[in-house]
Amino acid sequence: MAERGLRAQRTSPESVATPASRTSATALREFLSGFLRVLRANPLTFVGFVLVLIISFVALLVVLVPVVTQLFLGHAVLLTPYDPNALTTDYGQPPSGSHFFGTDNLGGDVFSRILTALPLDLAIGFGITGFALLVGGGLGLVAGYWDKPGTLGGVVSVFILRVTDVFLAFPSLVLALAIAASLGRGTGPSMLAVLLTWWPYYVRLTRGEVLAVKNQPYIMAARAAGLSEVRILVRHVLRNLLEPLLVYYTLDIGTVLVTFSTISFVGIGVPQSIPEWGGMVESYGRFLLTLPWTVLSAGGAIFVTVLAFSLFGDGLRDILDPRSRRALVLASVPSTMMAKAATAAEA
Amino acid sequence: MGRNNSDLVIFIGKRLLQLVPVVLGVVVITFFFTHVAVQNPCAIWAGPHATQDQINACRVKFGLDRPLTNQFWAYLSSLASGDWGANPATEIPVLSTISVAFPATLELVLASLAIMTVLGIPLGVVAANGAGRWADHLVRIFYLSGWATPTYLGAVILAIGVGPALGLPTKGDFSSNPPFTRWTHMSLVDALLGLDFPAAGDAILHLILPASALAFLNLGIATRMTRTSMLEVLPLDFVKTARMKGLSDFIVIYKHALRNALITTITILGITSGVLLSGTVVIENIFQWPGMGEYAFGAITGYNFKGTIGVVIVFAIVVVVSNLIADILYGLLDPRVEWR
Repeated sequence: MAERGLRAQRTSPESVATPASRTSATALREFLSGFLRVLRANPLTFVGFVLVLIISFVALLVVLVPVVTQLFLGHAVLLTPYDPNALTTDYGQPPSGSHFFGTDNLGGDVFSRILTALPLDLAIGFGITGFALLVGGGLGLVAGYWDKPGTLGGVVSVFILRVTDVFLAFPSLVLALAIAASLGRGTGPSMLAVLLTWWPYYVRLTRGEVLAVKNQPYIMAARAAGLSEVRILVRHVLRNLLEPLLVYYTLDIGTVLVTFSTISFVGIGVPQSIPEWGGMVESYGRFLLTLPWTVLSAGGAIFVTVLAFSLFGDGLRDILDPRSRRALVLASVPSTMMAKAATAAEA
Repeated sequence: MGRNNSDLVIFIGKRLLQLVPVVLGVVVITFFFTHVAVQNPCAIWAGPHATQDQINACRVKFGLDRPLTNQFWAYLSSLASGDWGANPATEIPVLSTISVAFPATLELVLASLAIMTVLGIPLGVVAANGAGRWADHLVRIFYLSGWATPTYLGAVILAIGVGPALGLPTKGDFSSNPPFTRWTHMSLVDALLGLDFPAAGDAILHLILPASALAFLNLGIATRMTRTSMLEVLPLDFVKTARMKGLSDFIVIYKHALRNALITTITILGITSGVLLSGTVVIENIFQWPGMGEYAFGAITGYNFKGTIGVVIVFAIVVVVSNLIADILYGLLDPRVEWR
């Protein structure tokens, strides 16, 4: 009876629909204003945010420009100034106006090679981390939510956690190297290798968050109100997981990129014919003293990308966590105003 | 519920028992991955000029003609009896290589942990103490650049650029073959045990670059954790009380506040052991350090399956045990923690 009454009330348009849409609009506005305030209060976060935007935009251009020109002009125009795989006699040139990052030992234009590698490396970072987030997050949700001992869920939960423990005990690079070496050299096997070692962290993280959330009074209130388990899971538990997972995801993109490029660096990942930053550091490494611009530009590309994502992710945590958001905003306000506000609140 | 010594023993026992399923799982996964993906390793082991007959003989010799499950049980039972197999190409037993290589890696990891602790924790304290000011920003930029530098990039720069510039050795653990007995296979410890002090100095010089390369990434983690937990501790009442008692700033910060802040840092240092071990694979390869990482790399790329599994077993045990050590230290530093 109570359940039906509740349903009826929820579906009646004038009582719920308007306030709901209004609150989500206010929430969005609050989020955006908080976002802007944190960006203003923390210049490093702002730098990270701008860098992430630029890097992603350039990567999109590198992929899209040849496709679009092929469609409309009949021939593909590369965004890069030179063919990234061209071998010329113009080798070992220092950076100049015609070669921004100089040329390498085979006469390839380093800038063009780095630009060509950008979409691959970025897609790997986004893609593998996203997949690990989905798989690990899903398993962590199951393991955390249905963990009552003695039930089917409890058995499944213990099983998931044991398997996760096994994968966590592997140093991820060692397992990734073993997998990549067994499957043979190539982009696919090394992607699979990173993928297989990355999801367990998300199981642990998600399960921890679920355990922290699921015994909160508001979950009990939702259950007492007669909401279905699935609805509680999606609307109340999952909703609260989004923010920590999003922060972790952003911070992780850089780490995945580094791990993937390490596999190319040790020579069992992406083949040498495809430009990839880790592989470039490997092949240019021995020219550090003679052609320093080659290895330093390739390493610098990884450095800047990872730095951008970690600065942004770090700031994202401040934006999404209401407590640190308040602390940051208060910190950006002069202390006399805070004292005034405090006395006003007390009065 | 309590914390006395018997609780601690039960706690350690329980955690060590968990090692059994973890190691078993690790062995199963690595075994099937290597054996299923690489169908005919004999073609590689027997060399490029081997005839079909030689390859077939090799398959029979290593039991590769039998069903996979048979091979697995045979391997598992020999593993349980203490025989870890041998490198098929050189016939050197896996266990004897590992017992020489593991101490060398342990020395490298401990040296880099020492660098992380000695540099990272004070840097974190300095950053927290001047939160929001230039010292804080400098430290933040420093640890973020450590975080954003891939291990291999730092190692390449140290090995090819910085090492020769400073005149530091970049290859191996000693300049010449040491005359004393290698009791522990840790370069510095052996030199000290052999009372050969010039060699000990040589060992330290050889340690500096690889250990710094390994420490660089995690230095950021140690600094950042110390900074965050110091920021949480500094506004608490007991710190204010200590200040009001008239204790010097140094005592208040390093004795009262830091002890509480360190609890988080130590936990993180324990968890990073897995990251450090992953790092050794790249670092030891670049600096030709005679440890597990170099052996792992050779075993993985040379299709030395038993060597690969051996390395993975040791690494898994190290990860579990160092997490356990972190938990025990956690309890020793924080009297409120219960052994459970």
